[in-house]
Amino acid sequence: MTRRTTAFVVVGLLVALLLAGVVSFYASDSPDGLERVASDRGLDAAEQPSGVEESPLSGYRTDGIGDDRLAGGVAGVVGVIGTFAVGTGLALALRRRGGEPDRRGRPAHQVDTGPPR
Amino acid sequence: MHVPDGFLDAPTSVAAGAIAVAGLALCLRRARAELDERAAPLAGLVAAFVFAAQMLNFPVVAGTSGHLLGGALAAIVVGPWTGAVCVAVVLLVQSLLFADGGLTALGVNIVDMSLVTVLVGYLLFRGLALLLPRSPASVVGASFVAAAVSVPVASLAFVGFYAVGGTTDVPLGTVVPAVLGVHVLIGIGEGLITALVVGSVLTVRPDLVHGAHSLLPAVRLEPAAVT
Repeated sequence: MTRRTTAFVVVGLLVALLLAGVVSFYASDSPDGLERVASDRGLDAAEQPSGVEESPLSGYRTDGIGDDRLAGGVAGVVGVIGTFAVGTGLALALRRRGGEPDRRGRPAHQVDTGPPR
Repeated sequence: MHVPDGFLDAPTSVAAGAIAVAGLALCLRRARAELDERAAPLAGLVAAFVFAAQMLNFPVVAGTSGHLLGGALAAIVVGPWTGAVCVAVVLLVQSLLFADGGLTALGVNIVDMSLVTVLVGYLLFRGLALLLPRSPASVVGASFVAAAVSVPVASLAFVGFYAVGGTTDVPLGTVVPAVLGVHVLIGIGEGLITALVVGSVLTVRPDLVHGAHSLLPAVRLEPAAVT
């Protein structure tokens, strides 16, 4: 990865941390579209709590932190780091290495210019 | 749009789980072709960004909110196969750590919010790309439409599962307009956020937008890093 791409990923990650860790506090508390319709029309009569309802991060609120802003922010930061780690790990495991060509026989480091026209 | 446990019966949840596993297995295999040395770290970033954006519920109508699903966005930025995997990673983490979306409903949620949004969003994006002139504005406009349409279609996928194996007996004539109506509105938000993010990435690093590769007249290429 070139330095410019590393910088892009780092800045992008900081934006995600800011959104999940800080901005999320100001998000709407209202139920989302599906939750709303489900409760208005009764689709949720047999709803059951998730098996991980006791998770320390359940509902994007960190257990043991009294302050709402901090409890949500910490959950958001953990989620961003977790999804980044799992996503990057998976992608690194799947990616084509050094000189290994892709399906069209192009080497891995060549920029994909889309399907041939 | 996360479906909790208990909305759908066990056979339907198992069937949705099987579709999700089969779909993701295909995506994992095909993602390899999209993931070169440069795209791999971007996949992690896209997953993290979609997770963060999904926390940002925006109001749509009184007492109802919506949030980005991110399938169209992920597909346009890192490619459809990788994009579906990224959104599935988000849904998995949400379900296991945050109790957002049921455990038995994980299959349904992956089908609706990852596979369907990516499939609809990316096909529509590519279709529009063929019709529009090659320019950054076309990429942004196509992103808006693709993302906006992907949300109501994903909500219909849920209704499809509900029709097959819902645990309650609400008539479809009631469910369809209610679910579709609110998700058309949420789709507008999805389209705006997707267009904003794709437009921003296009401005700083057009070469990193997978969907723009065939749409831009001359993408400035970064010299390949030979390791």
